Amino acid sequence: MASHQPSPTRRLAPYAFLSPAVALFALFFALPIGYAIYLSFRAVHVKGLGLGAHARTEVWAGLSNYTSALADPELLAGSGRTLLYGALLVPTMLGAALFFALLLDTPRLRLGAFSRLAIFLPYAVPGIVASLLWGFLYLPTVSPGYFLLDKAGIGGPDLLHGNGLFVALANIAVWGGTGFNMIVIYTSLRAIPAELYEAARLDGASELQVALRIKIPMVAPSLVLTFFFSMIATLQVFSEPMTLKPLTNSMSSTWSPLMKVYRDAFVQGDIYSAAATSVVVATATLVLSFGFLKLVNKRSEGGS
Amino acid sequence: MSTVLTDRRGRTAPAPGTTPGNAAAPPRRTAWTPTLILLLGAVYCLIPILWVVMAATKSSNELFTTFTFAPGSGLLHNLADLSHYRDGVYWQWMANSALYAGVGALLSAALSGVTGYALAKYRFRGRTALFNILLAGVLMPPITLAVPQYLLMAKAGLADSYWSVLLPSIVSPYGIYLARIYAAAAIPDEVVEAARVDGAREWRLFRSVALPMMVPGLVTVFLFQFVAIWNNFLLPYIMLGDDHKFPVTVGLYSLLQQGANAPALYTLVITGALLSIVPLIALFLGLQRYWRIDLLSGAVKS
Repeated sequence: MASHQPSPTRRLAPYAFLSPAVALFALFFALPIGYAIYLSFRAVHVKGLGLGAHARTEVWAGLSNYTSALADPELLAGSGRTLLYGALLVPTMLGAALFFALLLDTPRLRLGAFSRLAIFLPYAVPGIVASLLWGFLYLPTVSPGYFLLDKAGIGGPDLLHGNGLFVALANIAVWGGTGFNMIVIYTSLRAIPAELYEAARLDGASELQVALRIKIPMVAPSLVLTFFFSMIATLQVFSEPMTLKPLTNSMSSTWSPLMKVYRDAFVQGDIYSAAATSVVVATATLVLSFGFLKLVNKRSEGGS
Repeated sequence: MSTVLTDRRGRTAPAPGTTPGNAAAPPRRTAWTPTLILLLGAVYCLIPILWVVMAATKSSNELFTTFTFAPGSGLLHNLADLSHYRDGVYWQWMANSALYAGVGALLSAALSGVTGYALAKYRFRGRTALFNILLAGVLMPPITLAVPQYLLMAKAGLADSYWSVLLPSIVSPYGIYLARIYAAAAIPDEVVEAARVDGAREWRLFRSVALPMMVPGLVTVFLFQFVAIWNNFLLPYIMLGDDHKFPVTVGLYSLLQQGANAPALYTLVITGALLSIVPLIALFLGLQRYWRIDLLSGAVKS
């Protein structure tokens, strides 16, 4: 950095550069969040039959939207479902991503570039389209899997009802997300200096030992990053269950907390309780995210 | 420069330590197990794509009767049906998606560039606070934003317009974050200082010195945003009511919902799904060199 006193233009320049982003952020992030918080404390008061010009008035509602949101068994059930889905999805996806990344990094591999590209390709497919494709593959009448099982005389699992839905949804997300996370981990694997394992290999360490002892600890930061983003994406699951809904009758319209927000706001027209629920969901997301980051920072300060 | 999808290893693969000290070239035996496992993974990832390619060639009555991976006879017929559906509204959806994703990602990359540069290369009051607030934006569940955004747009009379989808997708906290990492890595402080000594004004410095250095990183931001906007469903789904403004994701969803009552529409949904992923896969394969995902991997270094 320069040692001389910066000129006034130089002091003001960053603020000028940042002004468009700050303005847009204020309009499309801060203002809507503030508005949602405001709405969550309001409610509509209906006089008489709710007819006439002044029969419906917006009033201050205190915490009543929050108490009813938190007391609603559907929100709790939806959160439970989301957590179960996440518990199924995140370890599977990141485990597969790490495993594939390590395999890509082994010497004397053939067709590595093809496999890498094929596994990454689903990232380019919209969640809606991915759910649509898998949804059809889950339908026993059109799916090749069921066709083959049927020929073999085995009944296929029912993925569109009951607990099969969790597997169905998690599989769509694993399909869409594994490749992207694999590339992130693989990229950081390739940044490890080769000297680190040449010595180990000369000492007769196997590829497996090199992977477990050297490679995995070295890519820990990117594992943290991928875990963090996967966790956030899991909490926001919305379009996959929405797409599978027309294909099955056992997906409720409040399957995940965000679907409930959508239903309250746009199907039932109760924007006030939708606002309260979405503030609760957003707060939970922020608490979880920052809690996780704090935990990781503590571990890395104390650990290494 | 580590590119992601082309395999130019920056280092030579170490010789397998079978016979240490052997100066001869190592035997080039293929590692079969990793190769096969990866190919299995590739097959799993390609199955739905192969399926949709095959399914799009089937007529409605072939769809539920012939073996899935056998091609049908109805591809041209399906394409014609899709093009005639409601006077070609499907192509309107594709054009809308291209507009939302193209214009949105371009503006987003420009904004991320100027913002990331300022955050990386200047020391000023409120820098850390501002960056943390932007990062919190990444963590906001989209629907938490979309519902009040819709209500505010409705108040401003902009709901159900192109603007209602375009404007909120310009600010990408994630893009700003990437651009900041890239600016910090790609623009040496000495270059900036030298230009200042030569009397360059701050804006000129950014335009003619910093921006050219940031182009590769901004192409990555553009690609990320393009994919994110093209694949976005929730925001346009909430904002739009008129199906002539739908992007292809929302359009396909509306087709699927009607298909639940009219299975004849299924072939249209499948053909539409196939066509909707073609541009993205083309973008992906054509611009492989520009996916700088290493920006992400180096991101958690505190």
